[in-house]
Amino acid sequence: MSISHTLLGLLESGPCHGYDLKRTFDVHFGHGRPLHYGQVYATMSRLLKNGLVEVDGVEPGGGPERKRYAITDAGVTDVERWLSRPEKPEPYLQSVLYTKVVLALLTDRSADDLLDTQRAEHLRLMRELTRRKIDGDLADQLVCDHALFHLEADLRWLELTAARLDRLASEVRS
Amino acid sequence: MTAVPGAALLTAGDLRKSYGPTSALAGADFSISGGEVVAVMGPSGSGKSTLLHCLAGIVPPDGGRVTYRGRDMYSLSDAERSALRREEFGFVFQFGQLVPELTCLENVALPLRLAGLPRRRAEARAEELLARLEVADLAEMRPGQVSGGQGQRVAVARALVNDPRVVFADEPTGALDSLNGERVMGLLVAAARESGTAVVLVTHETRVAAYSDREVVVRDGRARDLAGAV
Repeated sequence: MSISHTLLGLLESGPCHGYDLKRTFDVHFGHGRPLHYGQVYATMSRLLKNGLVEVDGVEPGGGPERKRYAITDAGVTDVERWLSRPEKPEPYLQSVLYTKVVLALLTDRSADDLLDTQRAEHLRLMRELTRRKIDGDLADQLVCDHALFHLEADLRWLELTAARLDRLASEVRS
Repeated sequence: MTAVPGAALLTAGDLRKSYGPTSALAGADFSISGGEVVAVMGPSGSGKSTLLHCLAGIVPPDGGRVTYRGRDMYSLSDAERSALRREEFGFVFQFGQLVPELTCLENVALPLRLAGLPRRRAEARAEELLARLEVADLAEMRPGQVSGGQGQRVAVARALVNDPRVVFADEPTGALDSLNGERVMGLLVAAARESGTAVVLVTHETRVAAYSDREVVVRDGRARDLAGAV
């Protein structure tokens, strides 16, 4: 999963302190593995350096200063590009895809389009493997079949997620 | 028969069809060119079989238009449409739907016999098709004596025997195990490509759809070409 894109996407709903950003991330994507503060601050300073976020305000306090971050136009474009680009099909892709779907729902983008784009990419690869299988020997057929069964499992997940989008949307937006 | 690559052979625009209060098609568009294999996918009840039936001239839509080789399919009379289905289309269904009283050879020859071809010529052509589908040895057997996979290959041979321009296949591997399903798909697509036949393939199995050139997804009665999604 790309933590920087995810944090960036979460900032789209409004400026946020690092601490609140970590909390929102953990609620949606932590799944028992919360983000470390160090990861958040390291990521934010990299995003800041790259011009994808800016400091919206600083609150002085007893401890370290608390920076509030806001996404820049370049940051929004970066999130947009990440969401619309299909992932290279590979095993255990669902965590990245799940993140993208939730982020699309949180930022009012079309999760349906995102799933269709990914589905087209998976099917493209399946067609390629099927062609290789038809032209190949038994070894090719077995190797391609293994990959095809994995891709098929991903596609079933995409299908199921598409069918449950309304429910997921109401849960993540609540 | 010569297919013209790239030229649309069969198109549908804004197809609508309801069964009572249930809307099966709600403005579906579709297009297939000569020699192309297009998979129509989608969840159960999404309208994909209804789309196939409208495209094949079996079920008239409530609204919209189906154009086959430049002619409005539903402006033809019932008799003209029947002749079109018999002479230019081939069909494969989930359960072969072979005639149990006839031998496999007679089943495959049947479309040609109905078109008026003498028995000997029809059966000679049917033998060719059975050989192409690698089931020549089943010629004298009846459908009840062959396995599901073999019966489906006989059904594919029957669908191709009249050298159709379009084959409509509705879940052709739905009743088969994966190995037999792939065998049937491989043979169907190879035979269709060899003769330049277009194939409209309705399936919910992605590994079957992977034999196509492109996929169309039907959802809530609307069809979407996935090629446009990337």
